[in-house]
Amino acid sequence: MTLITSDTLPGGKHWSLLLWRNNRLKLTDVEGGANVGMVFYNPLNLLERYNAPDTLKCQHTFKLTEGHCLYSDMGRIFCSIVSDTFGWHDTVGGNTTKATVASKWGETSYQKNRNDWQQNGYDSFLVEAAKYGLGRRDLPANVNWFSKIVVADDGALSLDASATKPGASVELRFEMHTLVLFHTCPHPLSKAPNYPARPVLYEIFEGPPAAADDPNRLSAPENARGFENNRIFQVGCCRETR
Amino acid sequence: MLRESILDPEAAQYRKVVPAGDYWIHVVKKGETLRILDLEGNQAVDTLFFNADDPAEHYSACDTIRKQGNIYLSTGTILLSDLCRPMLTITADTVGRHDTLGGACSTESNTVRYALEKKSMHACRNSFLLAVAENDHFGLTKRDITHNINFFMYVPVTPDGGLAFADGLSAPGKYVEMLAHMNVIVLISNCPQLNNPCNAYNPTPIEVLIWGAAN
Repeated sequence: MTLITSDTLPGGKHWSLLLWRNNRLKLTDVEGGANVGMVFYNPLNLLERYNAPDTLKCQHTFKLTEGHCLYSDMGRIFCSIVSDTFGWHDTVGGNTTKATVASKWGETSYQKNRNDWQQNGYDSFLVEAAKYGLGRRDLPANVNWFSKIVVADDGALSLDASATKPGASVELRFEMHTLVLFHTCPHPLSKAPNYPARPVLYEIFEGPPAAADDPNRLSAPENARGFENNRIFQVGCCRETR
Repeated sequence: MLRESILDPEAAQYRKVVPAGDYWIHVVKKGETLRILDLEGNQAVDTLFFNADDPAEHYSACDTIRKQGNIYLSTGTILLSDLCRPMLTITADTVGRHDTLGGACSTESNTVRYALEKKSMHACRNSFLLAVAENDHFGLTKRDITHNINFFMYVPVTPDGGLAFADGLSAPGKYVEMLAHMNVIVLISNCPQLNNPCNAYNPTPIEVLIWGAAN
């Protein structure tokens, strides 16, 4: 495993990355209490994007953790969760908006607060998406890393803030070339008394491809078929591009 | 929450039976009430809503379940758009729980879920894509085919974070009814899935009914 680059995104900010197949992206919640909103697109066809319902139903899971794969709407795997010390990430909670941030934590503005203004997840995705010609019609349900959403028997959902762990990390191995949009804005169900602006360390590694006995490939027969869909796709378009 | 409707089907201004595997796309105007009727029971009805006056605004599963604090849709649920605006409210429901986590089936996800050889079997997303292609005056494309509702489907979350596809709670004659707060394009795929129990392995027709705005 070779470290290519490493950086820290402060809390309440946004960025985007183009990652190559077999790149790894490791996210670390440095201080605890972070949230990372994230969506994925196929840079060869931006209409292919992360699909939370397919990701959940293909693996009969509500939470995301080690062993799971994140699917596009085209039956392919953007990335595998190869390690996870947090244990239960959300993909149905969505984003904060300007209105929800203002109602929870008060109004801020760039004029008054400069770069300490309290940005929201939805607008963050809009800005990153626009860099690639994408708009609000193109934003699918996102992942919220480091946020544990639990569901009661009656269907009630809530954020389990006690799950936070300073230093928790999650590592993704990309199984195809992927455009990644992400932000470090708070989870919309956060009840933190103050806007939680928590930094996130992100490191990008070059690593080996998934082996035949890879745990993600073997974690479910569905994932074995997902990997096969990737193989078929990449034989045609981008097997040797790197 | 179970609640029966006070509306009389005989007084509906519009009634249409939608066969299994077909789509239905129709504008329901502000103030009108839409009923989806499960004629034979256990039929998943994959449904998307768009603002007819600005189709870029669409139903948002995440915003809807987060704002109401519950993953199940039933009487009283306000169906929100991606701009967190009310699109419709569920006003009657004789089933009790409807799903909005499971999404629609597609030929591609069928290859993952069941077998690579299933790729030629009919799927909801094909119906959605044909619907927007054949009705291009709405200006909708694949990018608008997002995270939908599955009326009459029951997808409970287990305490350890699993997702179950439980037997449907629906039965012949059960229905769900909703009042439109804006002019909405309703896009339904009456699910053709043959590989799981969401349609009891036997996709069947539904009926859609619309009543005019209450006076």
